Amino acid sequence: MFKPSKLHGEFFMQGDIACAEGALAAGCRFLGGYPITPATEVAERMAYRLPILDGVFIQFEDEIASIAGVLGASWAGVKALTSTSGPGISLMNENIGLGMMMETPCVIVNVQRAGPSTGLPTTFAQSDIMQARFGSHGDYGVIALAPKSPQEMFDLTITAFNYSEKYRMPVFVLADAVVGHMTEKVIIPPVEELEIFERVYTTKKPGDYKPYELDGKNVPDFAKAGDGYRFHTTGLTHDERGYPIMTEETQWKCVPRLMEKISKHVDDIVLLEERDTEDADVIVIAYGITSRTVLPAIAMAREKGIKVGLLRPITIWPFPEKRITELAKKVQGFVVPEINMGQYVLEVDRVAGKYVPVKSIPHPGGGFHKFDDIVKAIEEVAHG
Amino acid sequence: MQRVKISGFGGQGIITSSFIVGKAVSIFDGKCAAMTQDYGPEARGGSCSSQVVIDDKEVDYPLVDESDILIAMSQEGYDKYLPRLIDGGTLCFDADLVGKTQNHSRINAKGIPATRIAEQLGKKIVANIVILGFATAQTGFATVQAMKSSIEETVPEKFLDLNIKAFDIGYNYKEE
Repeated sequence: MFKPSKLHGEFFMQGDIACAEGALAAGCRFLGGYPITPATEVAERMAYRLPILDGVFIQFEDEIASIAGVLGASWAGVKALTSTSGPGISLMNENIGLGMMMETPCVIVNVQRAGPSTGLPTTFAQSDIMQARFGSHGDYGVIALAPKSPQEMFDLTITAFNYSEKYRMPVFVLADAVVGHMTEKVIIPPVEELEIFERVYTTKKPGDYKPYELDGKNVPDFAKAGDGYRFHTTGLTHDERGYPIMTEETQWKCVPRLMEKISKHVDDIVLLEERDTEDADVIVIAYGITSRTVLPAIAMAREKGIKVGLLRPITIWPFPEKRITELAKKVQGFVVPEINMGQYVLEVDRVAGKYVPVKSIPHPGGGFHKFDDIVKAIEEVAHG
Repeated sequence: MQRVKISGFGGQGIITSSFIVGKAVSIFDGKCAAMTQDYGPEARGGSCSSQVVIDDKEVDYPLVDESDILIAMSQEGYDKYLPRLIDGGTLCFDADLVGKTQNHSRINAKGIPATRIAEQLGKKIVANIVILGFATAQTGFATVQAMKSSIEETVPEKFLDLNIKAFDIGYNYKEE
């Protein structure tokens, strides 16, 4: 049915499938995963497409093994993906931390459903925002992107791969069950027109190469498996040779950099969409599917004469602190509807709360906010 | 903007029907469409629904709380979604499968024995295409050419002629 590596054009495509196609377009040739609603279609599509493209699909025995397989594939030199939902991320978190510590590029798609635990398997939520940020133990920086449409499931999966290779780390695509299961037009450009960041390999000879030597950069160069490099890597605190050196001094060299490689490049990583924010008195901050479902409520509030704008963080993590601070100094307040009991609003409040009121509109999942609740919150902020 | 709700049983091609409409509109008519579907443990025979929002510009709100158009292929789907069809909206229903009808004075209601027509064509499974043809004629939510192109790219090739025939019969059907 498909002409493999030449899939481009306009398609009426489901979000999960667009995510898989985005991964393939980015050069991903491995998926390790375990099926879970509402992410199963990502794996299903990859199971069909990867063998055609000389890639490998493995359905593992569980999510812990899946992410381990993904990390292994990445070290073998293959761009690798796993797709799951919140319960799967809970199981993966141990090895997500390993990926962060070993600085292993890969993309983790979380098509969010309502939790905690098995929660509402077939419906949606956005309640894994803080799980993505702090899911594994210890300190590390995180990149997470939130698509609002099947088109962005395609586009942002490519962006996620680019960031993962550039910053050498697992990167999250934080989708949700609505975006994942929704079908819309997806434009897939010819693969040669896509911007793909390829892995940076060392130019040093085996013997001279140290896997965590920085040479003045924030991110070390990779060595290609099979090219004769012999080195060690570990989840233990390690020196530039990759050997475990369990001292306070090495910890200081090893761990802060895992955060600084993000914090020093926030401007490169943060993607935002703004609508009518220039003259706004009130700004609604919404991401993913909620950034669309609040639009009718914003239009209603505008009809009532309130100048409302929308700020949509496409990059959820790192937090778009700079722009929100700028806006906080000139607006009357923020309204933060999200399909969780108030997670992202904690960060908004941390940054903007010292300037203006920040109002949370929580929702536990399985449905959307009522327009009236959002309009009411906007009115409250606008009229003090 | 037109919000289309399609309801019936699992196995009738309810979700495929929404896909065909959405693809017709967004790929072949140059408009925008967002399709969503009920996603539960429904098996063949259980109730099933799907929906498409059609707009000239990008669809902001992709869900269908109340619809402008309702296609009902089961009594249950009719009973459940008719109250959420707006005043002046269009209802297309399978007249054999929806036996108990309510007062239709506030809406534009059109019945067609889609399943019986499909059985006469030899394949009950094309009943959804018959009613899509009928709904295309009644509402104009997509052009005929776009619907046919969409069907062509969606159904198995060996059943294409049958599906196009089913669409045409539905499109040309005059309510008795």
